[in-house]
Amino acid sequence: MNTEALSSSSYLGEGAGPAAWLLTTDHKRVAWLYLISLTAFFFLGGAMAVLMRIELATPAGDLVSDDVYNRLFSLHGIIMVWFFLVPSIPATLGNFLLPLMIGARDLAFPRLNLASWYVFMLGSLFALASVVFGGVDTGWTFYTPLSTLYANGFVSMAALGVFTVGFSTIMTGINFIVTIHTLRAPGLTWFRLPIFVWTMYATALVMVLATPVLAASLILIVLERMFGIGIFNPALGGDPLLFQHLFWFYSHPAVYIMILPGMGVVSEVLPCFSRRPLFGYKAVALSSMAIAVFGFLVWGHHMFVSGQSAYAGVLFSFLSFCVAIPSAIKVFNWSLTLRKGEITFETPMLYALFFLALFTFGGLAGLFLAALAIDVHVHDTYFVVAHFHYIMVGGMVTAYMAGLHFWWPKMTGRMYPETWGRIAATVTFLGFNLTFFPQFVLGFLGMPRRYHTYPPEFQFWHILSSAGAVVLAIGYLMPLFYLGWSLFRGARAPANPWRATGLEWQTASPPPPHNFDAMPKVSRPAYDYAMKGLQHEKFSPHKDEA
Amino acid sequence: MSFGIPFTPPEASSIAGSVDLLFYTLLAFTALLGVFLTSLVIFYAVKYRAGSSADRTGERARSLPLEVTWTVASLLIAFVIFGWGAALFMRREHPPLEALEIAGLGKQWMWEFRHPGGQREINELHVPVGKAVIVSLASQDVIHSFFVPAFRVKQDAVPGRTTHVWFIASEPGRYRLFCAQYCGTQHSEMGGFVTAMPPEAYAAWLGNQGQGETLVADGEKLFGALGCSGCHGNSSKVRAPDLTGIFGRPVALDNQQTVIADDRYLRDSILNPKKEIAAGYEPVMPSFDGLVDEGEMQMLLAYLKSLSARDTTKSEAIH
Repeated sequence: MNTEALSSSSYLGEGAGPAAWLLTTDHKRVAWLYLISLTAFFFLGGAMAVLMRIELATPAGDLVSDDVYNRLFSLHGIIMVWFFLVPSIPATLGNFLLPLMIGARDLAFPRLNLASWYVFMLGSLFALASVVFGGVDTGWTFYTPLSTLYANGFVSMAALGVFTVGFSTIMTGINFIVTIHTLRAPGLTWFRLPIFVWTMYATALVMVLATPVLAASLILIVLERMFGIGIFNPALGGDPLLFQHLFWFYSHPAVYIMILPGMGVVSEVLPCFSRRPLFGYKAVALSSMAIAVFGFLVWGHHMFVSGQSAYAGVLFSFLSFCVAIPSAIKVFNWSLTLRKGEITFETPMLYALFFLALFTFGGLAGLFLAALAIDVHVHDTYFVVAHFHYIMVGGMVTAYMAGLHFWWPKMTGRMYPETWGRIAATVTFLGFNLTFFPQFVLGFLGMPRRYHTYPPEFQFWHILSSAGAVVLAIGYLMPLFYLGWSLFRGARAPANPWRATGLEWQTASPPPPHNFDAMPKVSRPAYDYAMKGLQHEKFSPHKDEA
Repeated sequence: MSFGIPFTPPEASSIAGSVDLLFYTLLAFTALLGVFLTSLVIFYAVKYRAGSSADRTGERARSLPLEVTWTVASLLIAFVIFGWGAALFMRREHPPLEALEIAGLGKQWMWEFRHPGGQREINELHVPVGKAVIVSLASQDVIHSFFVPAFRVKQDAVPGRTTHVWFIASEPGRYRLFCAQYCGTQHSEMGGFVTAMPPEAYAAWLGNQGQGETLVADGEKLFGALGCSGCHGNSSKVRAPDLTGIFGRPVALDNQQTVIADDRYLRDSILNPKKEIAAGYEPVMPSFDGLVDEGEMQMLLAYLKSLSARDTTKSEAIH
């Protein structure tokens, strides 16, 4: 165990003070700026969800008024999607790890990276202002003509916030694409890249190609509200459905922006704690690209009962089944990775296994929604809410937690308390299922989403869900405290506590400002856990070092 | 049902059973696959835990035959589910010819229905069991969605167009009606009940509703009051297209195209007459945008449709 004091040669020791952080162009420090801002947004959006679940414990609207409830779910969606999930892994772990994983000193455009955080913060100011002034009640989907002609909240302000944040997404995307193309270490060929880098690449492509469409549709909303240009207003010859096409043309690919990085994280964690190479590496790498491409062709499956042509519906359903295949391939490969391994169950591994279970069931629920006749019944019900929370929370947030614990020693130079980590992971898993599984039943029963009040016969399932939300909240609050504690009191972490193979583990924990003392050379494939000396070494599970 | 806790919605329409058959088949398949994969992972996790004595020779990091097998198998299964779901879905496009057509209007925050005989209902809809019912949906303001879980039907009502949903209620009873598309402040209050009743009870109910004017008669009055008949009527001096039998007929346009005079075409011709001009006529008709609300639009459309129904052998709504 490395017990020497944090040397000033680490990126953390170089210049304290606010200016040294706020004007940094070190990708590792920018990652922290993002991590702190995103954590704040995660708990803000989470608090709104808890309030909603408390309201929904009874059928009547007795805790908050309908207008307040509508603002809660709208802002919960807006904050969680654009101010947490979209940037979550790319802007924090991706920012920190991408250069380290490919043996580079920084991203290709370090100043653009810092600028992206400032643009993000500018967008958050708009969003927070819209909350403070009285909120917005359009849902995160901004459907017209509700958002353009009828909503009485601060729609333009919120839309401008999301619009602005989009530019920070695009900046990150461009930076990642260029970095991966140009800054790989000698010998690091495309098919030697860790899957995390592949998923960052696929994510960045979608970010750059899809986000401008979101920007265009939000600007049209603002123009329509301010000047009545009429593009979505049937009275002026416009078409409200056009907005849905534009919105989902971005927002469906965006769900892949949100899940692909999570797939990247578990593709790192599962091999490491199984001491096995990732099964079917190439298929996993290429399926990420397939998801990124097919993801652009399925937006119409959000509109099966919208009045869109039934034949378009059939085509979109077909393509939606096609996009399920690469995800299925990944699940099979992850499962087979465990085979013949030497498996240990540290916190990152627990989270990764929980991801695998929740993503599998969430993905299978997607088959119901892609099947046209069933979607007619469960569209816009709690079934949809449950499905995307299984993918976005059970999948993405769980993977985020796995990654945060996995790379915490690298980022901070400190170990987190293992026992607390395992407890939190388990509490989260149980709380999550208790919250969202009942929502599948509610959806099948016909409970529509975005309802402030509901018929009494649904109450049993709502109570389960609300109880689960409290457990889930505890599961997410625990890491806030023990990770915060470990920042100052955690045991010192060695350079490679997990005996992992990635380049990021070959430099000190925390890394020096320039990342590597000597330029690394790569001569082996990723996940080379069968490497001599690693394979037959007796492995003792990691002990608490607190 | 057990202990009063609902697990499944009632099946009360002609399609509910077949949608549920697909649902439960898919449920069985996904549960089996999900449990299999989860068990496999747990099995591996236990068997190959660090320090266990399990045999680890012959490990592989890839297997082309296995990968091809599961890819092809996934594709085939996906295509079967797709085909099944799509085949059931396409029945939405083909309502039975003999159907009772009820006008449904969504507005913040209520559903208003009008039966062919003119009977009005708010947040309640009475329908006969065993007879096809088409609800033609319009919206006065934002997008709403007509959703009756017990019937397994849902259709958005979109401002500026007419959409349709049809069903055959199979079990008498009172079933929840919801608005499924978020529509503003009191979205969760926008709904009520659909009451399915035996045909004779439905006829009796209609009779008790106090005879108003029929939708067609209201439409005919409006057709006169708005001045439509001044040009489109038989004795008109202005040359305007004769609307007898217009609904469902192909119309030649002055740009060489031909369109079918459906709900969309008639609505657009009233609100935006310069958009598609019937060949051989001067574009002199004024727009009625802002003069005709959605309820009145439904009356006008009902009247224009009735001009076709009289010509054909198609019977009136209730036979």
